Amino acid sequence: MVRPHGGRLVNRVVSEKRRNALLEEAKELPQIEITYERLIDVMDIAHGVFSPLEGFMNQEDYIHVLYDMRLANDLPWTIPIILDVDPVEIDGVKEGDDIVLRYNEKPIAIMKVEEIYGWDKKEYARQVYKTTDPNHPGVAKTYNRKELLIGGIIDLLNEIRHPLENRILWPIETRVLFREKKWKTIVAFQTRNVPHRGHEYVQKAALTFADGLLIHPLIGWKKPGDYRDDVIFAAYETLIKYYYPKDVVVLAGLLMNMNYAGPREAIHHAIVRKNFGATHFIVGRDHAGVGDYYGPYEAWEIFEEFPDLGITPLFIRESFYCQKCGGMVNEKICPHEDEYRIRISGTKLRKMIMERKIPPEYMMRPEVAETILKFKDPFVH
Amino acid sequence: MEEEIEVKISIPKTLYEKLVKEAEDTGFKDIREFIIYVLEQLVETSDFEGEVMSKEDEEKVKERLRALGYID
Repeated sequence: MVRPHGGRLVNRVVSEKRRNALLEEAKELPQIEITYERLIDVMDIAHGVFSPLEGFMNQEDYIHVLYDMRLANDLPWTIPIILDVDPVEIDGVKEGDDIVLRYNEKPIAIMKVEEIYGWDKKEYARQVYKTTDPNHPGVAKTYNRKELLIGGIIDLLNEIRHPLENRILWPIETRVLFREKKWKTIVAFQTRNVPHRGHEYVQKAALTFADGLLIHPLIGWKKPGDYRDDVIFAAYETLIKYYYPKDVVVLAGLLMNMNYAGPREAIHHAIVRKNFGATHFIVGRDHAGVGDYYGPYEAWEIFEEFPDLGITPLFIRESFYCQKCGGMVNEKICPHEDEYRIRISGTKLRKMIMERKIPPEYMMRPEVAETILKFKDPFVH
Repeated sequence: MEEEIEVKISIPKTLYEKLVKEAEDTGFKDIREFIIYVLEQLVETSDFEGEVMSKEDEEKVKERLRALGYID
């Protein structure tokens, strides 16, 4: 199996015995309330999703990631994992101190404060998002973050319950699972959507060359109009039940923040999937993009800069239904003119679902559509 | 009971004191028994392709995977 990024799967979840002692200790320590997004980062660090990171980045790693897209030790890493605080929150806290990260007043983790440093949000936006436009959702979030950053390792004391917790697997779990299944090559597919025929085509094209497929929906914040997480899971379960061979697919949720950082985030998504044990990663056209901030194939081109990534990207072209070919194809394998090609539009599909209509079969499997329509309201508001 | 051999090794005094402290109230008969337990745990911990976990932890993972229907 592919080794985790950096060679070792990080585990910063404290043992039961140590936990009780640390919870006692935590009562005496300075406390910082964190947002839901930082809580997700803490969980991801502790469970090895962000291996080799063991905590929030110090300045040296932060600067290297910002400008070189690599950690200080030269390992590829493209999205800074940082904890922002207001000066008043850390009044009296100095480097070397332990602090408690709380969420909804519950102690989540103990953090050893290794470094406190300032950052330039506009520069962060320019480097990570390639734009300083506040209309970009990632940039807007960056501008809303606090003024200082603190770096240091964390120890997770408490897990947070999640409505879909039984759908979420951590890297150690998928790794054990793949080993049990005796899969050697695993292709991961990232999604935030219900499956249409185009997705199915891409997944099956990749699966043809691999032992197993990891369908890995991102669970987390969604914008209004997106499909609900439980709807996405139900739709995929139906698709797998009716249209995939037995024992070649694992459907598991990934609790992780979405940044909409386009090409940089495509690399980030690939690294994370490597930590889950995937050997290949499907990179979509305009992967993790938003609006027209990134070119349609920028997320593919950036992989040329990372020959040492340790996971193989699969660039499968956008598929469409060709009336002459009589099936789902892509530009590389279909010789026919545009007039025969029917492209699957997510917007059109969403509109049909909103109007409680079953889309045509070349767009979506009828069983999948029926599953979605069983939900009174399949969308986020 | 498995045959035992006597091995004499020197370890730092502070480490020994930490082990004694750690062994307090753990139910082990003496420090010798505790050190054998610690070493056994270490040996049983696997480093499989970068995943460092004990056999017990691996079993817990499999239990969860079974409960969620991922493995039989």
